[in-house]
Amino acid sequence: MEFDKEVDATGLNCPLPILRCKKGLSEIGGAQVLKVISTDPGSVKDFNAFCAQTGHELLQLDEVDTSFIFYIKKRVN
Amino acid sequence: MAKKLALIASKGTLDWAYPPFILASTAAALDYDVQIFFTFYGLTLLKKDLSDLKVSPLGNPAMPMPVPMPNFVQMLPGMESMATMMMKQKIADKGVASIEDLRTACLESGVKFIACQMTVDLFDFKPSDFIEGIEFGGAATFFQFAGESDVNLFI
Repeated sequence: MEFDKEVDATGLNCPLPILRCKKGLSEIGGAQVLKVISTDPGSVKDFNAFCAQTGHELLQLDEVDTSFIFYIKKRVN
Repeated sequence: MAKKLALIASKGTLDWAYPPFILASTAAALDYDVQIFFTFYGLTLLKKDLSDLKVSPLGNPAMPMPVPMPNFVQMLPGMESMATMMMKQKIADKGVASIEDLRTACLESGVKFIACQMTVDLFDFKPSDFIEGIEFGGAATFFQFAGESDVNLFI
């Protein structure tokens, strides 16, 4: 999947993956896609909750080995 | 309009320093307006020097220990420093953020810190003990924000 920016939160624990994701989203424009890599098993539920509450769209979630890869489309304000 | 979160941080130990900063930084990431009112021992969390933050195994039977440790051993000199060192090592090993990092994340995302003026006077703290960018106020100041908040927590 194509993306505009990548954030690597490998090895980081709650709430850091969400905080890095938020920072990454602030550095791209509306409708652009952010890729986030996390190894925190709790981040699957957290990223769904994050997107549900903020209006960003979780386009895709891939599980590769022990990593979770999220593709998030930034909401257009 | 953004939702609002009001927290009271009243504890000054390394373990209890986490909940207010985790919740505040996460809420800010979720576009909440956030204020934390730091009172009594919680004021320690606003100091420039966070080395006072320790964790004590004493009176905390739920704290996981490598070997069972009765209270009379936990009270020995050096045990608190050892428990703190072990906790900090675990925090680093597990990729958990440091308190400094979480506090910075809060400030960068616009979380407002309010130091309880009464406690500052009570404990003879100096304004220069604290980090920049905080405000000083009392209970009424807290309620101005808390009264219109969606979530209020005392920690």
